[in-house]
Amino acid sequence: MHDLRFTIPRQDLNREAFASSVPDFNLKSDLMKTDMGYKCRITNIVSLTEQEKLFRLRIVDPEERRIFRFKPGQFIMLELPGFGDVPISISSASSNHEFIELCIRKAGHVTSALFRIDTGMHVAIRGPFGSSFPMDEMAGHHALLIAGGLGIAPLRAPLFWINEHRDRFRDVHLLYGAKEPSQLLFSYQFDEWKTISHIRLHTIVEHADAEWKGSTGMITELFRDITIDAKNTYAIVCGPPVMFKFVCSCLDRLGIPMNRMFVSLERRMHCGMGKCCRCMVGSTFTCIDGPVFDYWSVMNLKEAI
Amino acid sequence: MIYKVISKSEFRKFIDALVRQNTSFGPRQVDRNTADEPIYQFMPVSSVDDIEFDYTLTTSSAKHFFLPFRDQLSRFSFQNSDFEQHVAYEADPVVLIGLRPCDISALNILDDVLLNGRYPSPYYLAKRKNTFVIGMDHLPLPDCFCKSLAHHTVSTGFNLFCSDIGEKYYLSINSSKAFTYLEEFQTEEPSCEDNCLMTRRRKLISESFRTEVDVTSLPSILDIEFESPVWDKWGAKCLNCGTCAMVCPTCYCYSVDEHFDIDLKGASRNRQLYSCNLVDFAVVAGGHNFRPKNGDRLKYRYYHQHRGFAENANQQICVGCNRCGRACLTGINPKAVINDLRMEKESCMTCVSPSPDRT
Repeated sequence: MHDLRFTIPRQDLNREAFASSVPDFNLKSDLMKTDMGYKCRITNIVSLTEQEKLFRLRIVDPEERRIFRFKPGQFIMLELPGFGDVPISISSASSNHEFIELCIRKAGHVTSALFRIDTGMHVAIRGPFGSSFPMDEMAGHHALLIAGGLGIAPLRAPLFWINEHRDRFRDVHLLYGAKEPSQLLFSYQFDEWKTISHIRLHTIVEHADAEWKGSTGMITELFRDITIDAKNTYAIVCGPPVMFKFVCSCLDRLGIPMNRMFVSLERRMHCGMGKCCRCMVGSTFTCIDGPVFDYWSVMNLKEAI
Repeated sequence: MIYKVISKSEFRKFIDALVRQNTSFGPRQVDRNTADEPIYQFMPVSSVDDIEFDYTLTTSSAKHFFLPFRDQLSRFSFQNSDFEQHVAYEADPVVLIGLRPCDISALNILDDVLLNGRYPSPYYLAKRKNTFVIGMDHLPLPDCFCKSLAHHTVSTGFNLFCSDIGEKYYLSINSSKAFTYLEEFQTEEPSCEDNCLMTRRRKLISESFRTEVDVTSLPSILDIEFESPVWDKWGAKCLNCGTCAMVCPTCYCYSVDEHFDIDLKGASRNRQLYSCNLVDFAVVAGGHNFRPKNGDRLKYRYYHQHRGFAENANQQICVGCNRCGRACLTGINPKAVINDLRMEKESCMTCVSPSPDRT
């Protein structure tokens, strides 16, 4: 009798891309964890608002901690065993190899469960996945970062990057809008960004309360307050889907070239590897071609924004 | 590729030996439809007599042997506040008998999708490598249009391919496994006459197609007609049931869900095939649906099948088996939708100008 069985080598195909005897198809994979997660311990949880919490995760295995590297703008799939996994953008510094921070809004099945867990519990992450912001290309230019609501979470990684390499950038503007003053996230870092990193921070809220002294209105109104050198500016936009259209047309009017405007898109994801197709926009996968797209690509994608 | 001919009685002996030694699946009649036509499916077979070699086409495609409707991706076991994850890429060897050229083409397309790129799927690879595929050609059904997509013949992706040339089968042997198996049976080198019969058979198949769908430059037409009312027209018919994706030999979109075991000592992470026509396909947490309308989702399906993949891998993902057209409960079939987009029948629905061939 002939044996038909083809056996895949026992070792986990994704675990060790450097191992000598991996099948050749796996050499195409440039990251280690696609099916097995990195096990992480939650070391700290900060309640930012009623809806958002900042989770600090530390990869348990020191070797895995050494391997895990990401670029600003990338995301990970956060796995809560038994509940599911969700795509979450990384909002800590890419130079920080000790822990990663995830700013999570309580929105669905998995995140609601996450809000019930305590420090010391274990979760898993897969990734990092996706494209990143072109931080190296941006060097030597002005930077204009625009965030709406939870959109500040993926922008925190490039912000950290800019803070660490502040001398490489010229003027840095951060426009940040939220529904209410209480929903402005990371307000405890505003002073640090303004004074230490010399970031020109402009905040705006839709509905002001009694104590609010800043501007009120839509985020596009902040464009009246700033003067930018459009020819030498890179813009990064991140926010809810409705925001992109208005902000991007504003930027277009300012004269920022399309290939220097970057947006970070949000879609439903189940795999992060371009296989489940849930995040497909036209023929493009948000998980492998995105989530960071330049505006030219987005313009060419039907139903992207 | 090595070519041989085998007499039909010897071929049955060969299949019987193969089937008795391995877990095998072949076409069997499972029911009759309302028009009293037989319904075939790939079912477990234990001897050659179970297999109906002259079947038409199975209702479900062969993709389910590689992408099961439900598939376990990993297991978790819990201890105190810690957990352990287990991933296994294992598959038992399976013999598939009687796949049509369009089924095998579909597997080749799935290979392209799932085994190329940055993240090849080890789950799929394990199953694909452990499957012994025997293909068979057939005369097309009246509504097959695989010739339009050049999938009525196939040259790779199988271990053995059999063409019926009357008294004998003309074998195309594409793997050493198949060759070693066949050494134990009586085969002959094809004679000049056999080759002639084979060419005639190919010609007969090619000439038997009664349905043709023009798919040339479809990717750009889909782009140009993105806002076309054609999508509203067909979208209004669509029930969002997802049947088309379930029977499609190339639809591979899936969803991942996790479940706790009933004793709470473990959990499993499962993959479930999904359809882009289902309402919640693109719903994100918070409730925003990126494709809220029926027409949007139907359009996306055509976009993915005929445009998306064409742009990424220079190949349309549809193989032209028309399973979706036959299975659709409301009679949406790809030929009609594509012809509508090409303004074959009516005038342009947007600007009400007559279609190009009438002016």
